Amino acid sequence: MMRNVGAHGHPAWWAFVAHRISGLLLAIFLPLHFWALGTALSGAAALDAFLHFAEQPVVKFAQWCLVVLLVVHLTGGVRLLLVEFRPWSGLRKDWIAGTLGMAAMIGLVYALALIV
Amino acid sequence: MINVVTQAKLWYWQRLSAMVLALCVVSHLAMIVYASRGGLTAAEILARTRGNAPFAAFYSVFVAACAIHVPIGLKSIAVEWLRWRERSASIAAAIIALALLVMGFRAVYAIFV
Repeated sequence: MMRNVGAHGHPAWWAFVAHRISGLLLAIFLPLHFWALGTALSGAAALDAFLHFAEQPVVKFAQWCLVVLLVVHLTGGVRLLLVEFRPWSGLRKDWIAGTLGMAAMIGLVYALALIV
Repeated sequence: MINVVTQAKLWYWQRLSAMVLALCVVSHLAMIVYASRGGLTAAEILARTRGNAPFAAFYSVFVAACAIHVPIGLKSIAVEWLRWRERSASIAAAIIALALLVMGFRAVYAIFV
């Protein structure tokens, strides 16, 4: 990274940063997600206790952030697969814009589902 | 010095798992949005998942793909950003892969039985 300072600040570099940070945060979240679902082993009441905790606005907001991160990582990841496996047509910057668009769109849809 | 063959194999598995995950995540997102409307309850979730074999099969594939994809990504971060040695990062990645497999299948089992 440090050796290639000239490559920073471009849309594709920001796409790399967004992909890496979203991936890292999702990786940290995943064990918590598995643990939360695992509470169902102690019965529905245990899972409900967790879901009740998840009703707090701060936790709901965190859930919303995770869904947006998932969309960012998904769309950015599909872009990488296209760059690497499809015939070369540049860095597919339309997909970088598309990543932002998808994150905004699914973010709004999910926000609506959480509020309603 | 990193083993080039291992590097290539990890790259390949990362992309292969990404292709599986892309399909899984699209379905999962649709499920999240659909299920979140009106709030989540254990009864609602378990009514959908208990005894639902196609559901368990889908999420088992999802878990397996995560257990491949996540550790390889974390290993890259450990080596490139934290300057971990290749060997330590590989060992940590293998442990994380195993932990995700166990925790993930446990979660699928918990809401299936």
